[in-house]
Order: sequence, then C-alpha cells, then structure tokens
Amino acid sequence: MIPAQFDYFAAESAEQALALLAEHGDEAKLLAGGHSLLPMMKLRLAMPTVLIDIGGLDELAGVSAADGELVIGATTKHGDVATSELIRAEAPLLAYAASQVGDPQIRHRGTIGGSLSHADPAADMPLALVALGGSVDLRGPDGTRTVSADEFFQGFFETSLAEDEILTAVRVPRRPGAPWGYQKFVRRSNDWAIVGVATIDGRIALANMGPKPLRATAAEQALASGASAAEAASLAADGTSPGEDLHADREYRRHLAQVLTRRALEHQAG
Amino acid sequence: MARIEVTVNGAKRADEVEPRLLLVHYLREVLGLRAANVGCDTTSCGACTVLLNGKSVKSCTVLAVQANGKDVTTAEGLAPEGQLHPVQAAFRQNHGLQCGFCTPGMVMATVGLLSENPHPTEAEVREGLEGNLCRCTGYHNIVRAVLGAADAMAAADTDAEVTA
Repeated sequence: MIPAQFDYFAAESAEQALALLAEHGDEAKLLAGGHSLLPMMKLRLAMPTVLIDIGGLDELAGVSAADGELVIGATTKHGDVATSELIRAEAPLLAYAASQVGDPQIRHRGTIGGSLSHADPAADMPLALVALGGSVDLRGPDGTRTVSADEFFQGFFETSLAEDEILTAVRVPRRPGAPWGYQKFVRRSNDWAIVGVATIDGRIALANMGPKPLRATAAEQALASGASAAEAASLAADGTSPGEDLHADREYRRHLAQVLTRRALEHQAG
Repeated sequence: MARIEVTVNGAKRADEVEPRLLLVHYLREVLGLRAANVGCDTTSCGACTVLLNGKSVKSCTVLAVQANGKDVTTAEGLAPEGQLHPVQAAFRQNHGLQCGFCTPGMVMATVGLLSENPHPTEAEVREGLEGNLCRCTGYHNIVRAVLGAADAMAAADTDAEVTA
C-alpha cells in the first residue's frame, strides 16, 4: 500500500512549520514519527496533500524538569520516554505506559505528541496523561496555550488542537513515590488495549471504555471515602458505555474495567 | 520529487524520490536490496525491519524522505560478502527459521535488541521480538538463536579484550 501523492516539506524550525500550516490550512498534516499518520495514509483514511515534517526539530524533543512538572518535547519518541531516568524517577507511570506502546520498532519511531494528537481512545499515552492530570502546550500563530488533558481530548480521535496549531510539549506533574498502577488487557503483546486502567494516588483513568480516555469518578469518590480497592473497583465501569468489536462486547469491557481497576489498585508501585 | 542523501550499509547514496516512496520500496526497488521483505505492510509483522541510525524500525512505515541524512543498515550490510554476522550465524546454527520470510527482519530486530541489551534473559528476548511475527517456527529456535548470538558476541568481546 502506497499513500496518495502529497508535497513534502522538512521544516527547519517550529516557526517555519507554523507558517507552512497557516499557508496550507486543512490540506496539511504534521509528520513526526509517522506511526499513526502513515498507516492511515496507506489505507486512504487520511489523504493530506501536504506533509510538514517536524520530526527532525531538536527544539521539540527532549525532557526537562520545571517547577512541579516535567516538560517533554512533543517529538520525544516512546522509547526515549520509557527509558528517560528523569521520567522514571519523577513520573514512573508515564515511563511505564510508554514502554507498553506497540513494540520496540514502533517505540523507536512513534512520538508522545503524535500519539496524543491522534487521540486513539485505546492508546497508552492518552490514558497516562489523563491519569496523571497532565497538559499539553499548543502553539499557534498567536502564541502558546496550555490545555489540560481533560480539555484536550474531545471525543473519538478528536482533540482541541486547531488546524493552525502544533502540539509542542507535554506537561506532567512530578510525583516521585506516589503509588501508581497500570493494567492493559490485550490478546497480542503489541496490541492496543481492549481495556486499559491507570491509577495514581487515588485517580483512576480508563482506556477504551468510551470515545476518549475517561476518569472512573464513582470509583475515585469511593476510594476517597475509605472504600477498599475491591469495593471501589466494583464501581469502575459506572457511567460508561464502551463500544463493541470483535474482541469484546459492552458487558465484557465493563467487567474488564472492574477487574483491571482492582488489580491496578492492589498492585501499585511507587 | 525530493532529493535525499542516505548512507546505506556504509555507502553514501543520493537519489531523487517521490515523497510518498516508502523506505522499504526505496531499499528493494531503487537500490536492489531485497533482504527487507514486505509482509503485512501495516507495521505489525516486522519482516521489513532495518536499522535507522542504529535503531530497529519497520521500513514499511517510514518514508524514504524521513531517512534523509541518516544511516540505514539492512541484512545485506551486517557482514562482508561471504561472511556471517554473529546473529546470522546463530540463526543458522540454531535453525531459527523455517520458510525464511521473517528471517531478515528477525535478524535485524535481534541486532537492534542486542545493541540495547547485550545480555537479555529469555523473557527479555521474547518481549524484545514482540514486533516480529513468525508463522512457522513457534519461536523456540529463534529465541535460542538470539541467546546464542548474545553469548557468542560476549565471548568475542572478551577475546578481543584479551588480544588487546
């Protein structure tokens, strides 16, 4: 399978990429690792006529520590997030989630910003960002705005990233030592989650239980009121109406959410 | 068309390519390097695995233009003509293949894995090759081959140190 034709620009700076986006509008897509976009283009699910390659921009890659949070450049690859000593020490849930994306080859190419922008409700990075209460920097012609994970994910493969904006960085709170859990149920080791659960310090997030990553608010409230892990986990699917596919029907997904939440809460690291 | 400069198996190349040309097709059809196979064509099977700047990638999901300015290594470039890289030798010795279609990808994924983790456990080998599918062997001999290659490469390193 070969993508439809497009014009290719290797951006030399984020500034230039923004100018190209402004010039080409909704005909253009940003390319970094390409591990969400290129498969869609090969299947003709996406047919941008202009690709703006930001994958080579050093200014958009790397990890740094700021006041109370880590700032991770959007084009930082999953493999580098998974092995970053800073992230493993200060936000180990994020490092672990990155290690669960796809397989080694995919983690060598796919980027954290790309995965978040793609907003697959079954994916690891959106789940981790919602669990951690992180945010993203969106840079547009008028400057940069920081948007919380809850506000960023709008729906099924839908985010609040505007057509003329670039997701430039990801922010997660520094939480060394906070207890966290991560459970991902798959049939094949390199798959997306049939259901995924991430917990950290009383927060519970669910993957593939709806059109976007969700918080299990009823279970969180029960935990806060002193319920046991098992009691709280029994409420994990409350209010959700997950989709059905070859792998799981609705009731099975709701059952998995409860089982995986209990496991995540009972086997927390930190 | 776009101009790319790529170092493939140590040799510098410059070519005009269509931006939509996939790296695997550049290697196979423009350069005539046929080791990397197109299997699933959907980033699943790993038969097209090559090294890009030393890291394993699936070349069916990389554009040739994304390799501009980078080093690419295919199975053809692992060892001089007529010789085998220790990973290739270990796959032969342990019969880590049956039909052979997945083998170039398995070998390149293994070279990448051992560069990141020179002494993997059996479990780490199985996890490290999760991106490569084999429909024949059931994987046992492939895992033996990877563990054998790790031992052989560690022994060669020790020999080199003794000689030095």
